[in-house]
Amino acid sequence: MDQLIRLLTLQDANTRTVLLGTTILGGASGVVGVFAVLRKRSLVADAVAHASLPGVCLAYMVVGDRSFAAFMLGALVMGLIAGGFIAFVRAATRTKEDAAIGLAVGGFFGLGIALSRIIQSTPGGTKAGLDGFIFGKAASMVSTDAALIGVVAAVVLLGCVLLFKEFRVVCFDREFASGQGWPTLLIDMLLMMLVCVCTVAGLPAVGVVLMVSLIVIPAAAARFWTERLTPMVLLAGVIGGTCGLLGTALSATLPAPQSGLSRGWPTGPVITLVGTAVFVVSLLAAPERGVVAAWVRRSRLRRRIARQNLLRAVYEHLERGGDFARAWTPAALEPGAVRGLPAARRAGLVRASGAQLVLTTEGRAAAARVVRAHRLWELFLITGASLATDRVDRDADEIEHHLSPELLAQLEARLAAEGRLPAGVPRSPHEQTAGPAGAGVVDS
Amino acid sequence: MTPPHSQPGIDSAWAVLSLGFGATEAWTLATAVLCAVGCGVVGCFLVLRRLSLLGDAISHSVLPGLAAAFIITQSRGTIPMLAGALVVGLLTGFLSAGLSRWGRVSEDSSLGVVFSSLFALGVLMITWVARDVDLDPGCVLYGLIEFVPFDRIGIAGLEVPRAMVGIGVMLLVSVTLIVVFFKELRITAFDPSLATTMGISAAVMHYGLMGVVAATTVVSFEAVGSILVVAMLVAPGAAAQLMTDRLHRMLWLAAGVAALAAVLGYGAALALNTSIAGMIATASLAMYVLAALLAPAHGWLPRLVRRYALSLRIAREDLLGLLYRRYEKGQAAGTEAEPLAEAAAMRALGGGMLSRLATWGLRREGLAEVRGGGLVATSAGLSRARGVIRSHRLWESYLARNLPLPADHLHEPAHRAEHFLTPEAVEALSEMTPESVDPHGKSIPPASRGE
Repeated sequence: MDQLIRLLTLQDANTRTVLLGTTILGGASGVVGVFAVLRKRSLVADAVAHASLPGVCLAYMVVGDRSFAAFMLGALVMGLIAGGFIAFVRAATRTKEDAAIGLAVGGFFGLGIALSRIIQSTPGGTKAGLDGFIFGKAASMVSTDAALIGVVAAVVLLGCVLLFKEFRVVCFDREFASGQGWPTLLIDMLLMMLVCVCTVAGLPAVGVVLMVSLIVIPAAAARFWTERLTPMVLLAGVIGGTCGLLGTALSATLPAPQSGLSRGWPTGPVITLVGTAVFVVSLLAAPERGVVAAWVRRSRLRRRIARQNLLRAVYEHLERGGDFARAWTPAALEPGAVRGLPAARRAGLVRASGAQLVLTTEGRAAAARVVRAHRLWELFLITGASLATDRVDRDADEIEHHLSPELLAQLEARLAAEGRLPAGVPRSPHEQTAGPAGAGVVDS
Repeated sequence: MTPPHSQPGIDSAWAVLSLGFGATEAWTLATAVLCAVGCGVVGCFLVLRRLSLLGDAISHSVLPGLAAAFIITQSRGTIPMLAGALVVGLLTGFLSAGLSRWGRVSEDSSLGVVFSSLFALGVLMITWVARDVDLDPGCVLYGLIEFVPFDRIGIAGLEVPRAMVGIGVMLLVSVTLIVVFFKELRITAFDPSLATTMGISAAVMHYGLMGVVAATTVVSFEAVGSILVVAMLVAPGAAAQLMTDRLHRMLWLAAGVAALAAVLGYGAALALNTSIAGMIATASLAMYVLAALLAPAHGWLPRLVRRYALSLRIAREDLLGLLYRRYEKGQAAGTEAEPLAEAAAMRALGGGMLSRLATWGLRREGLAEVRGGGLVATSAGLSRARGVIRSHRLWESYLARNLPLPADHLHEPAHRAEHFLTPEAVEALSEMTPESVDPHGKSIPPASRGE
């Protein structure tokens, strides 16, 4: 823990640069990832990342030394070749894009593995540190590497800022953009280029295999919190930066397993899992689109519907006696309607009266409102939509819970104009029999 | 190269059968071929149903399942590994489908989130347990097919590599399932809505396929690792799809492509002294690229050639038509045909390589010749041109008679149709056309004798 704090408070110069580099990298990936995700190109980024491994290997073979800039260049070239391959296959053959991406992921990565094995069997080959490029090893980065990553990532960020309008229009309506004369193909290519550069920059820290997570996860997580592009981009940038920072710091400080070959935690998976955690939290807790919020909304609606069904059943049961203050038992109601009873009692609409139950004053008013909405809608269906009287109960059942006060007012106005608006709660336009759920009161 | 516990008799038999290979190499190659074929055949359905990326995702994400199975049972037994991988494989399908449905995340992003998260989890789990086992994060990516022959079990008196048994059994299972459910698989692959209306459960087929993919991935895992398996799943099917339009032929072709890729990849790996699985994946990609470029049915180059040949034929026929009309004009005036200057011919045909090739071809075949500073049709050329002109003018007559088109709108459609009317169609048209002149008053040449 102390070590983590020491790391995060940036007390060591080399660590400071590495952490700063991965943070900027995470931010840039998050930002560019938003466009890749919206453009539905997130898995192309995966293919590009996998393809950069043979690029790195070839660069090593050409240069013959561990040169970071050469690695980046090689990876970039191979990444663009993979991107071009996917585009060619999509445009010129009957093979679909998904197969093209799968081919690029597996095929190029296979080539990379084969090349890296060749390099490792040459004298001095193990010093190339190619293993670190597979899962990422921020710990083995020196500050000049990290500085280069930071600079590249900053350039990507700048590119996104400058091309923001172009990317936005291509992401949301490509056809419209073409029609308006935007060079959409060029913009698409620029976007893929930035994704590619960003992916390549992330290799030493995150690794080929999991780089896609740094592109996709921040964007996908940010999407839960907002419907607007600018906040989404900013949020994804912040999430990505946090993942980069926390993931690197954690992987460096967690107690490492003492394995013979790979000492310490690989950075890539840790960064990815930090992202996953943020994603899961967003998925659950986001106010509008989150799963919990949606569940709460749905169950609230369900409870309201159950309560209203109960009130209407009670109202129709009591209506025959004409005395709404009369006590009643749940047994007199249809079994389906009783489900809303606990909620109604909690809301103070129903209270106990000895062994029986009565509607409170509020309960009576609420029941009258519900029944009124139901019957007004029935009337409307009969007069406005010319439905048969025996059909309307079912239809009204479905809609009565969703009638807004404005809609009810309009309904009243319309019925009043036709001279059909009854005062108070209208009489039911059809026979009260054991009807569908919620409506039924058994004739006695 | 003799493995520590091998049977000399069988190994030497193998050595003879495998043309000088050692037994180790033979077993490795056999495992590689079986593995590639198993993946390739199953992969056809992924390719056809556009689920390649789900295959990709599953092959990544079985990792935590394997790691969990290992941690729980503390062994690398096939059954627990298979169970763990199946659970996580199906979970990947459920999770990504659920994310895109309930989380409203786009399909590709949800796959990306799910498989990268599960894979990361798996890598960390394996790093954690890697202290005391031979499961290391590297081998999960590219497998250890080189070591497969050294871990053998006896089956029917034969010492067979353990990994190969799993791969072989899985191949048998997949083939059996494909044979038994061929009709259902075919209908769901090509027309899912028809399949649903016929009472074939889409969900059962979908998750069944996912299960088979997950199981195939697991048995292939030890040999070729998780990421390279993607290439072996997708490449043969995608390549075969470019070579045929029939499903059973596609399956056979995919198996052939897969086996060939395995053999080629293995050979290349031996020659370059590098990772066998890596080279097999590379060879698979190379085979696909070859198919995409050269496959006779749907390859890029044959299609280009076919299109160019058609353009060339049209240019030649147009040029012949031009020369014929000049000849006709000359006949009417009682003079020789006015030669068509090279530059004018080029302009009329649209210029470029194609026009030059058309002109050159006509002259080479003696259908046209240079006379008086330009091109003139020879008598052979004229009789060839007559067919084209005949189609053209018969079509014009037909259009004029049957469609209320104005006279100046007849030429263009006829100009296009003349190249595509079959002899039978021309015959039928001529039977409908009593008059011997077209709507412009030009005479319709008679059918050439001898045809």
